[in-house]
Amino acid sequence: MNNIGLISRREYITRVKSKTFLLTTFLTPLGFLLFFVLVGFIMSRGSDDQKNIVISDPSGLLNGEIDLRKNIAYSFSSDDLESLQKAYADGKSDGVLSVPPLDSAAITDHEVMFFSDDRLALDEIESIERAVERKIREFKVVALGIDEDKISLLDTDVDVEQQGVKDKEKDISATSTLVGSILGGVISYVMFFLIFLYGAQVMRSVMEEKINRIVEVLISSVKPYELMMGKILGVGAVGLTQVIAWVGILVVGFFIAAAIFGINLNPADLTQMSGLDNQEVATAMAEGNDRMSEIMVEIGKMNWLVIIPLVIFYFLTGYLAYAAIFAAVGSAVGEDINEANSLTLPIMIPLMLAIYIGFAAINAPNSTVAVWGSLIPLTSSIVMPVRLPIDPPIWQLILSVVLLAGFVLFMVWVAARIYRIGILMYGKKASFKELGKWLFYKG
Amino acid sequence: MSILSLRGVVKRYSKHTAVDAVTFDVPKGVIFGMLGPNGAGKTSLIRIITTITGADEGEIFIDGEKLNRLHPAQIGYMPEERGLYKKMKVGDHLLYLAQLKGLSPKIARDKIEKWFVKFDIQDWWNKKVEELSKGMQQKVQFIATVVHEPKLLILDEPFSGLDPINTNLIKDEIYRMNKEGTSVIFSTHRMEQVEEICEQIILINKGKVVLEGRVDDIKNFYKENCFEVGFEGELPEELRNSSFEVLEDSKDKIILKAREGHKPNELLKGLIDRNINIHSFNEILPTLNEIFIKKVGESDE
Repeated sequence: MNNIGLISRREYITRVKSKTFLLTTFLTPLGFLLFFVLVGFIMSRGSDDQKNIVISDPSGLLNGEIDLRKNIAYSFSSDDLESLQKAYADGKSDGVLSVPPLDSAAITDHEVMFFSDDRLALDEIESIERAVERKIREFKVVALGIDEDKISLLDTDVDVEQQGVKDKEKDISATSTLVGSILGGVISYVMFFLIFLYGAQVMRSVMEEKINRIVEVLISSVKPYELMMGKILGVGAVGLTQVIAWVGILVVGFFIAAAIFGINLNPADLTQMSGLDNQEVATAMAEGNDRMSEIMVEIGKMNWLVIIPLVIFYFLTGYLAYAAIFAAVGSAVGEDINEANSLTLPIMIPLMLAIYIGFAAINAPNSTVAVWGSLIPLTSSIVMPVRLPIDPPIWQLILSVVLLAGFVLFMVWVAARIYRIGILMYGKKASFKELGKWLFYKG
Repeated sequence: MSILSLRGVVKRYSKHTAVDAVTFDVPKGVIFGMLGPNGAGKTSLIRIITTITGADEGEIFIDGEKLNRLHPAQIGYMPEERGLYKKMKVGDHLLYLAQLKGLSPKIARDKIEKWFVKFDIQDWWNKKVEELSKGMQQKVQFIATVVHEPKLLILDEPFSGLDPINTNLIKDEIYRMNKEGTSVIFSTHRMEQVEEICEQIILINKGKVVLEGRVDDIKNFYKENCFEVGFEGELPEELRNSSFEVLEDSKDKIILKAREGHKPNELLKGLIDRNINIHSFNEILPTLNEIFIKKVGESDE
């Protein structure tokens, strides 16, 4: 046990002190930040070109006024289309919008024309269509003699409100389901990412030790099992350190970036970015605020005292099982990175499967696939966290935890048996058949 | 009393038997040579002794005790294929390896510092392993092998890659430790080193012991009654043809082999009686190299 401590400590210290660790720890979140800042910049500046268009509306359908997005300036003209197009050709405008008259209020399809040699951007088309639609609606309301106030009464907002039968207190509201699943999805995706990233690091590190033959020296002092476990735990600790550092850097970096670039999320900017008109944004914002506070309430209501330890359990066991398999593969292949790739592919399959089942479980947390996925050990460490926030049945939880714990012990045992042979085996082509044989070698 | 005893040790791999019923003893306080061609099973044997792998059959005793988990701390093993973590500092690396052998950090540091003084490499502590030459790394390896003062030292080709000066430095340390009671098992292909260093040897081929004993005894056993005589004048015909067979004849030197039942003294007497001046008279003993090749050849057939 003492040896495992020594080995993982060395593994941890040399890794954390290395330049690669410092670079990836600081540059990865900076890269992300840079990416978001860049995207934000492009989004806000991308369609900034001012356009001046001339609108021909002989029937006065638009009533001399239209609500287009900010970068499109407009003027109405009563000149005929031909002379307007000529004016466009002379460079006096950036395009001509022609709105033909609407013959009757019964027409539900209407076409407007835009004359220009430059294409409109998709969001500009969208903006024009919505604006004209609203104007036609206003026109129809008047033409059909409908009471505007009564129209708004036609819309009813319907929500499905769910309630438990046996346990009336149980909260199964739509919001709690949604919030829980999304939260679970994020957790499981991060877990997948970490398991793969650090599992692969364990493999590479085992390969290095085998290639430079230090393993021969070490193995005369410590048991192969101790060497393997020390490495897995040490790399795992490095992983945790890095994740904590990333979260910290992202939070701090976000505030710094916000201060420097003046990114603030006020409605006006959002309007400009999204191309939606103010009214829609206002209602969306109002709904959003409601929604936001609802979400915060739901997050507060979650049973964190149960969820957090379980998430940690699933992460540790998932990492342990996969890292052990990676270590075994690393011990078997030695120098040949191609061989390593062909052996890691089968490991990736359950991992990928798990992440897809996890995504499916966000939508339907109690579907058959999700339930099985959260019970079977190879996928449960990723799928179950998705279901955790929506209170899966207790028997499923217990079964899943027991199966996973048993599986991890078994996997570590299997990996250690392959590892102890693999690290001393040179010049033998590693295949799964060969690894299977090593399992049964004596002492 | 033996520091190491093997009794009928067998190790099988899926297709072949690497170690086949090997039995031998290494007496306490000797330098013991373990010889054999490539693939003879030496490394397999050493791995069993160092508890890296287990034997399929047989028993192993260290200092009279059945081999167990505590023994590796009393053994210092320097494998033929050895490496170090390239990015680690020399001092930290040695501290790490010493702690894995069970030394406390403080004691480990003291001992390593003493070795640094002994080898005059005090300024290496903060150097990275990758900055050292191969020979320098070898010295670090050696310190790592002996830092915990093992009872039994197992060295597999310890001098490969070392220049003559460093070879002597390490050799002297081995002698010194041996004098202070450390038993040494020395595995190599370099026969002249074995002859120089080892008192006893064991020769292994195809997993079996084909020869064992004291180096002197083995050489005597395999001697072929050949003598080299340096002299002035003519060698009498009767000596030449009856009691001795001439193997090599040059101007003032001759190599003769005594025929069955004839002793070297007859030759000397014959020469003296005829007043021939003798400059030198040597018995030619076979080199270990010759014995090695002969025995391996025999056991291969």
